[in-house]
Amino acid sequence: MNIVINVFSVLKKVFYFYVEGFKNMKLGKTLWGIIGIKFLLFFILMKIFFFPNFLKENFSNDTQRANHILEKLTKENK
Amino acid sequence: MEDALLVDWSRAQFALTALYHWLFVPLTLGLAFILAIMETIYVKTGNVIWKEITKFWMTLFAINFAIGLATGIIMEFEFGTNWSNYSWIAGDIFGAPLAIEGIMAFFMESTFFAIMFFGWDKVSKKMHLLSTWLVAIGSNLSALWILVANGWMQHPVGMEFNVDSARFEMSSFWDVLFNPNAYSKFLHTIGSGYVMGSLFVVGISAWYLLKGKDVVKAKKSIVVGATFGLITSLFLIVSGDESAHQVAVNQPTKLAAMEGLYDGHERVGIVAIGQLNSEKEIGDNQDEFIWSIEIPYALSFLGFHDMNAFVPGINELVYGDEDHHNIESAASKIAKGKIAIEALTRYKKAKKEGDTLVATTALADFRANEKYFGYGYLKKPEDIIPPVALTFYSFHIMVGLGTWFFMLFFLILYFAMLNKLDGKKMLLRLAVISIPLGYVAGEMGWIVAEVGRQPWAIQGMLPTGMATSSISVAAVQTTFWLFAIIFTGLLIAEVKIIFTQIKLGMENH
Repeated sequence: MNIVINVFSVLKKVFYFYVEGFKNMKLGKTLWGIIGIKFLLFFILMKIFFFPNFLKENFSNDTQRANHILEKLTKENK
Repeated sequence: MEDALLVDWSRAQFALTALYHWLFVPLTLGLAFILAIMETIYVKTGNVIWKEITKFWMTLFAINFAIGLATGIIMEFEFGTNWSNYSWIAGDIFGAPLAIEGIMAFFMESTFFAIMFFGWDKVSKKMHLLSTWLVAIGSNLSALWILVANGWMQHPVGMEFNVDSARFEMSSFWDVLFNPNAYSKFLHTIGSGYVMGSLFVVGISAWYLLKGKDVVKAKKSIVVGATFGLITSLFLIVSGDESAHQVAVNQPTKLAAMEGLYDGHERVGIVAIGQLNSEKEIGDNQDEFIWSIEIPYALSFLGFHDMNAFVPGINELVYGDEDHHNIESAASKIAKGKIAIEALTRYKKAKKEGDTLVATTALADFRANEKYFGYGYLKKPEDIIPPVALTFYSFHIMVGLGTWFFMLFFLILYFAMLNKLDGKKMLLRLAVISIPLGYVAGEMGWIVAEVGRQPWAIQGMLPTGMATSSISVAAVQTTFWLFAIIFTGLLIAEVKIIFTQIKLGMENH
């Protein structure tokens, strides 16, 4: 029981450490804003609309993907 | 091979993202250690001025880190979209180090970064100092995994090609990790980051001294920066020597391009400075240089640690020199590569038809010529040569700037020790100008490494033209310009925020 209480207390301290840290930021707020916009651009806009995984999109399993690559590697000699 | 235009745009896009990413990384690598040193002085002396100094540089570190964060992830997107053949073929090798890097970076950044930035006066001095050191060590270890992956592309070891899955599979993790090319590249790369961090601290401190602002803190900062810079410049020279040795042994065409060496011979000198003859072609009798100043014997010594060593030139590497130096011609390698591809084709067909006997023979033929596999995709022997002018000038600009940085740190430290730095206005101005030059040197280093490896994505195994996906050129062009706009925006934001913080002075950070 004591162990559970201690773990809970440590987690609470860690949580408030982060909360206070974020609250007291001055320049940090601007930087987090930039990070947020960047993540939005990279992971939402870029990844979804511009950077599909070519092999995952066009082939349904690894055997097909391997065959596609083998085909590319060997057709050069034909 | 894919259409040349598609390959060129895919390469240009990767180069753009990698070069922008590398604007942020070296400062993180170097400044992290300088912060740790400054904070150690604070903890050891108890002098609060060092705490204020550390906090100021930590603010600039945070700006650079926040703006640069995740710019590298774009390259991973590009692997999946533009370089899917490469990603598939090398995924088993490349994936492991990148995954370790991703996990490590996440845990390190969410814990020790938080303590470093939020933990002043909330955790003990020693705990805070430990976190700062762990951020520095962790950032550098992150770089290790990336450079292990890159080192493997320069000198592939510890793997075997699986003819059924069309992948290089890792046969020895330790061979990949302790690849001599990987650790020499790692040491040289982090060394360049340390020098960049030092230039940043020295340059900005010099600006304060020129303006007569925060003079005491600037003087203390400049001594730490210049000392760290001087020591790490020496480290950079030693690691650069090892890097050049690895290139000489494993990538002789890159070395020949770096030095504009067409005709190999013994006791070769290094061109300290020179102008390439742009009319020069492989195999002709024209001089390589319009003019040049050479350091005798230096290339033989640096490349092979023997002043009398023979260094092959572009002509020997393309046309061969079996009689004198046992150098196989590119034409012979291409012929063997074509045998390997033909054997793989036979193997694939026999497997499909269930003909075990033919499959076994074809596989044996493939294995006998496997190490020339990539050459089979080249059209002509001359294709093995990377762009000579770009590699040569990038290398020489990098080396020239590296030499200047060493001199700068020495002079700054010398006059700082004599307490005569205030009067050396020209030297202080040069220190400020040297900040962008540090970035130029770092980017030139990457151009040497990557352009010098051409035509290969994986040295000797997979030409760049075979590594790209079959996607439309227009798609790559669109994202190229999109990135150019986004990264330029990020760069402007970084420069603007950093300038604002510098102008505010070293107080209240």
